[in-house]
Amino acid sequence: MNKKVEPKSNKILVSESVNLGEEGLKGQKVTDPNVMMFESEREPNFLTGSEVIKAAIKRANLDVMIAYPITPQSEAAALIGELFAEGYVREYFRGESEFAVMSQCAGAAFGGARVFTTTAGPGTLRAMENFPMWAGSRLPIQVCVTCRGINSPLSIQPDTLEMAYLLETGMLVWHAETAQDLYDWILGGFMVSEQPDVHLPLALCCDGFFVTHTKDTVMLQGEEMCLPRYDPYRSPVPCMDMECPPIRMMRDPFIMKSNYISYMTHASWQQEIHAAVERSRKHTLPIMNGSLIDTENVDREILIVASGTAVSQGREAIRLLEEEGIKVGLVKIKSIRPFPTEEVREATANAKTIFVPEFNIRGWLAREIKAILPNNERVIAGPHVAGGMTMPSEVIVEEIKKGLGIKSATMDRRG
Amino acid sequence: MSEPVMKRMNIRISGLGGQGAVTAAHLLAMAANKMGKYSISNPFFGAEKRMAPAESYARIGPEKIYDRGELVFPDVIMIFHPQVITMQKSYTAPFYSGIKKGGLVIINSDADLLTAEDHKRLEDDNVSVYCIDATTLALEIGKTELSTNMAMIGACMGATKVVDLPSMEEALQDRFGKKYVASGGTATLDEAIKKKYAKKEQLLQANNDAIKRAYAMSDEWVKGSSYAPAVYETA
Repeated sequence: MNKKVEPKSNKILVSESVNLGEEGLKGQKVTDPNVMMFESEREPNFLTGSEVIKAAIKRANLDVMIAYPITPQSEAAALIGELFAEGYVREYFRGESEFAVMSQCAGAAFGGARVFTTTAGPGTLRAMENFPMWAGSRLPIQVCVTCRGINSPLSIQPDTLEMAYLLETGMLVWHAETAQDLYDWILGGFMVSEQPDVHLPLALCCDGFFVTHTKDTVMLQGEEMCLPRYDPYRSPVPCMDMECPPIRMMRDPFIMKSNYISYMTHASWQQEIHAAVERSRKHTLPIMNGSLIDTENVDREILIVASGTAVSQGREAIRLLEEEGIKVGLVKIKSIRPFPTEEVREATANAKTIFVPEFNIRGWLAREIKAILPNNERVIAGPHVAGGMTMPSEVIVEEIKKGLGIKSATMDRRG
Repeated sequence: MSEPVMKRMNIRISGLGGQGAVTAAHLLAMAANKMGKYSISNPFFGAEKRMAPAESYARIGPEKIYDRGELVFPDVIMIFHPQVITMQKSYTAPFYSGIKKGGLVIINSDADLLTAEDHKRLEDDNVSVYCIDATTLALEIGKTELSTNMAMIGACMGATKVVDLPSMEEALQDRFGKKYVASGGTATLDEAIKKKYAKKEQLLQANNDAIKRAYAMSDEWVKGSSYAPAVYETA
């Protein structure tokens, strides 16, 4: 478990029974994802994150999208409705609540469809029962989670607390920093999720507003290409067979029979799911540029380790500190499940102080990092902002200076 | 000798829901993008409703921008509605909190809404204040107060030169000339303003005219002021 994997090949494995070059939806050409993702020419586009989700789904050869409105994912859900109207998505349904949406997603995926949906904040929590069910049923559904506040007093602004609830569902959990990550990982995410030795749902998380509502430059391939269609015959469990797992276990659950065999079955089935999460590493490497983390200047004594837009704020803080002669390195964690245990250990081996800025009040990422590092008193959990508050890079600068015992007056201008 | 390069400019726009503060920030960032500069824009608001506080931010600069979210330390602040000041409909108090030394505040008002203390604090930090009656300008040129944001964009451009007029014209074409999917509130307002004009071209023309008029006015103002955006001196 938690072993670092070296890439055997930097290629995305594609089902042999899909016909590359055949016509997809709206005359798109079904393209080898390796060609599409790594070799095709890209053009810069100036788009919001919501528009970028639409751009990715347009090229995803998607069977089913289920939509339900909740800020800040509503625009993306509506934009995929436009794609359906244009003919780029085969089916589009509107759910009655997030719980219903995720249940509908399960139905569609059991039936052998490539399924996408979007949710956020309270919606993620309302739907929660379904996520470990998806994983337990080995359904390769992709849900884009545009994180926002969940705890009272309620906020519609960005806050990553909901990700903490997803960590032990058995889903893959990735955290995009930018709209570019989001775009590349939506497309790549289907390819990883649908591998027979993975075949698990993906929670592709991004920070609401900071990614979804922010206009940024994103490199996109031509829209005449699309991914190969999902091949349900590569599923490691039979589709919709009432007498075989996983359906057999759901229609007649073991909870009705408290005995040793039922406990063993549950445990071994769950172990296999978490082993499948681990097996996703090798398939994820080509999608994530060769590693589950990105590093910059990790030979420095002070490091920022972060995920999502906390990385972006960290990058600006490093610039500001550089002007004052304080040198700080950076680790960007891209995949949270599986967690890049070995990679983070290696990257932080020489660090004396490790700062973990986070957009939530509890600091779950710092806890994850403390759990895997030797000498974890090096880890300073913070700064934290919550409930939608912005984390100005000046706040990170202040936290780092405080940690180093340097006096600072940066925040005095706040009034 | 090469031209001096403008440093990163962080613009904070405080307005009320429905005034187009979000659209204004997007347009400034889009125009900057068309000029080959780096830019990012994003909104910040609560549940969508008219007359509630709404903010947006445009960050424009010569190198890649990572920073996002609420702008706490802006170089330029634009106030789209007097109530931001008089009724404190802003996310920060006072509305100019965090403004950088040598910064600029542009207020949509024909009257001086600042207290003596405000004036003193801003003067101490060498912050310039420019009042322009953007809503009256919008009513004159666009025949609708919905063009207030256009006049404010023009005022910002004329004073700072952060983006130029041809790039803004291209950005307007992208935003209003094509099909655009936005949230319910924004879509309703888009429809409202399109109905005021027989043709889309007329809407674009009116928007352009509002921007150009305000640009000329603030260009004139800045000549007599001590305001100058920060630049890198290159050899």
